Amino acid sequence: MTERLFEGADWDFHTLQRITDACETVAMKDLGLDVYPNQIEVITAEQMLDAYSSVGMPLFYKHWSFGKQFAYHEASYRKGLMGLAYEIVINSSPCISYLMEENTATMQTLVIAHAAFGHNHFFKNNYLFKQWTDAEGILDYLDFAKNYVMQCEERYGRIEVERTLDAAHALMSHGIDRYPGKKKLDLREEEKRAGRRRQHEEEVFNDLWRTVPKGASKTRSAISLERRRKLLGLPQENLLYFLEKSAPRLAPWQRELLRIVRHIAQYFYPQSQTKVMNEGTATYVHYRIMTQLHQQGRITDGNFLEFLGSHTNVVFQPEFDDPRFSGFNPYALGFAMMQDIERIVTAPSDEDREWFPDIAGKNDVMGVLRDVWANYRDESFIAQFLSPKLMRQLRMFHLHDDPEERAGIRVDAIHDERGFRRVRRELARQHDVGYIDANIEVVDVDLSSDRRLILHHHVIKGAQLNETDAKRVLQHLADLWTYDVSLIEVDASDKVLREYVVSPRPITAAA
Amino acid sequence: MPIHIIDRRLNPGGKSLENRQRFLRRAKSLVQGAVKKTSQERDIKDVLEGGEVTIPLDGMHEPRFRREGGTRDMVLPGNKKFIEGDYLQRSGQGSAKNSGPGEGDGEDAFRFVLSRDEFVDLFLDDLELPDLAKRKVAQTESEGIQRAGYTTSGSPANISVGRTVRRAMARRIALKRPSKEEIEELEAAIAACTDEDERLVLLDQLEKLKAKTKRIPFIDPLDIRYRRFETVPKPVAQAVMFCLMDVSGSMSEHMKDLAKRFYMLLYVFLKRRYKHVDIVFIRHTDRAEEVDEQTFFYGPASGGTLVSSALQAMHEIVRERFNPSDWNIYAAQASDGDNSYSDGELTGLLLTDKILPVCQFFAYLEVGESGGSAFDLSDSSLWSLYERLRNSGEPLSMRKVSERSEIFPVFHDLFQRRETSQEKAAP
Repeated sequence: MTERLFEGADWDFHTLQRITDACETVAMKDLGLDVYPNQIEVITAEQMLDAYSSVGMPLFYKHWSFGKQFAYHEASYRKGLMGLAYEIVINSSPCISYLMEENTATMQTLVIAHAAFGHNHFFKNNYLFKQWTDAEGILDYLDFAKNYVMQCEERYGRIEVERTLDAAHALMSHGIDRYPGKKKLDLREEEKRAGRRRQHEEEVFNDLWRTVPKGASKTRSAISLERRRKLLGLPQENLLYFLEKSAPRLAPWQRELLRIVRHIAQYFYPQSQTKVMNEGTATYVHYRIMTQLHQQGRITDGNFLEFLGSHTNVVFQPEFDDPRFSGFNPYALGFAMMQDIERIVTAPSDEDREWFPDIAGKNDVMGVLRDVWANYRDESFIAQFLSPKLMRQLRMFHLHDDPEERAGIRVDAIHDERGFRRVRRELARQHDVGYIDANIEVVDVDLSSDRRLILHHHVIKGAQLNETDAKRVLQHLADLWTYDVSLIEVDASDKVLREYVVSPRPITAAA
Repeated sequence: MPIHIIDRRLNPGGKSLENRQRFLRRAKSLVQGAVKKTSQERDIKDVLEGGEVTIPLDGMHEPRFRREGGTRDMVLPGNKKFIEGDYLQRSGQGSAKNSGPGEGDGEDAFRFVLSRDEFVDLFLDDLELPDLAKRKVAQTESEGIQRAGYTTSGSPANISVGRTVRRAMARRIALKRPSKEEIEELEAAIAACTDEDERLVLLDQLEKLKAKTKRIPFIDPLDIRYRRFETVPKPVAQAVMFCLMDVSGSMSEHMKDLAKRFYMLLYVFLKRRYKHVDIVFIRHTDRAEEVDEQTFFYGPASGGTLVSSALQAMHEIVRERFNPSDWNIYAAQASDGDNSYSDGELTGLLLTDKILPVCQFFAYLEVGESGGSAFDLSDSSLWSLYERLRNSGEPLSMRKVSERSEIFPVFHDLFQRRETSQEKAAP
């Protein structure tokens, strides 16, 4: 058992196999992880750049914005402004991890432990991922999406497709269902569904329908506001969904494109809500595995020191007045919290017993952590498990910046007895997507006159939309809706702060 | 649990190429502007090396609903001295730095690196030789023969021995045909063997090996590969460009530099854009000679000036090698405009009678001293001569250049794609 996994920095594919086997033993036996089958792929720097520009996915439809990403990353990589990630991991089954060929053997061990076991376990067990993503279906779905976009380009022209996708991308952050529906998502079904719909249209096609005289239409006013809103499923915060279902003049293929963009946005939705937890989990797991391997004598002291060097870099948290500071480092915060939970579970202080009666002194570290990993997201995780000790350790404080306040920015709470709960609540809120994304929803369609689409932006704490960007996004929205669109920004007391009205550009109206 | 480890490094690269091209296509006008701007600052040879360009991000912006302003709350690490209720000065570091992550209105310019091909393509995008299609060459397409891989059938003369033997060897290894050494070894073992039983076993083995050798031939008809040839239509070169440069003593270094830059651009343009354009370099002092490109661009020369000598040389080359009924003929001449007085008439005659009638297009570039052109009142002898010709309706284009930065605009002007082909050369 004390045989070394590798010596020095070099590795080959047998080494990788041995490393993976060793990591797996620790992960399964000691940590009790539950993972998707692993697929480990070794790639070059160039391929890593490729992966960067398609949001890390191995395949993706073609769009210029990914080219822009690529050009940007390539330029900064070549100039040495940016290092590349050691690894990329994909939430799919089998779980695919990309390793860079430049990594040393130690780094490969680290990233295998981190990605193939840490992230993998989190993907498979966290409730958000279970609810919102379909790991088995995603790669097939992306393949379908890629081909579908390609077919559309052949049939309807690249420009048209690009215009639709541009618009859909602009609305992507508002193409997400935030509350679980009745049905579980099944991405494999999507491709079949598109096929069935086409088939159905072909079967029921009858040219005679075109010639049937249209009866007198119902008086519009007869449809009450309430009923209309109900028919359209309003209010609706998933703008892409609303357009897909209700935009009056979109071609079927355009609706399908919106659907594709929406599904992909939804697939990434859990990731944006669990950055701290996801990285914290993976970092904690790699730390445990590496330490274990070192204790077993399978990694030399030198290699272990190399690992500690990288690990320390990853979990480095600059302080707020440090020039390197750019917010909380999710790796650092996540890892610190996981370790803190370990401490609370095994060696609690009186304070911990008071704050965390459920887990303090329970002694089953992995049991508690597995439960945490499965049932929380960043916001609830921080709200529940950030301990006073950690707040003291990181010396957290809460600033309140009110532009009206002349005296300056107020220090609202610090890491003391009075402040713990407020600091914790505020930090949790910072990680709540509900607060981060603008709260915009479709509230009504003016069916009686000009079919104007009416949206509301519920302004929180006075933060209004950036004007230039808002106009551009609304332009895209209007192009899809093909009638006027108005966006009203209202504050908590329903006072109108600003109103945008945008008309569609004529060129799409002809589509 | 099975673990798959896959080596993807050999997968074809350039997965992002398509997206990159889409991006470039979308940003074309922006990138083109940037390319031209960059090219003015660089040495002409470096223009072709590609490189970094910067375009305004505005046209490529991807809008999102973003919020800004309002009251903000943030939790930060690293408190040192604050206590609850303290106020921080807004103008100070505290507020400016903590503007929250991800709100990057930041960069309004977008930098990226263009490859050599992309750069030159964009650089030369809207240029073309005028009236190229005018004289369609008679359809005398000649055929050339070209290697095109290997085939399983063919004439014995075309057997590719290397390929055949390689395949045979691969097959022999795959089927485990015993090698000669193996058999010899076994025979030696038999000869040395004293024990009768063991000898029988060895003999039996030898027998089997020999049988196997027979079953698996050294070279099988399956292994044989023939070289394949394809006939390809060889397009007839349709155009020839004559580059006439004055290298006489009156040309200063600056003028020569301008002329060479111009020809370098022309050379690059023709080489990139047209596969089948011949280029003839002629330089002249009081004598003209046809030279290769190396000499043309880098060889030293000096002497008096007789423009007619170059035209005469060109005329002779046309007569010998380029039949005007088969070829589109173009000429570009660069000179400082000085010509010996006695030569003027001959030059005019040569141009009107011999050169211009066979030319699709004749460009004349007059190079001047830096800063000179604006108040150079008297036209040079060559300029006034050419101007007379042009006014009488000959297909002549003329430009004056005295600064490096003017070269590209003038070049662009001379060769830009025209919507309708000009009428002036029509018979």
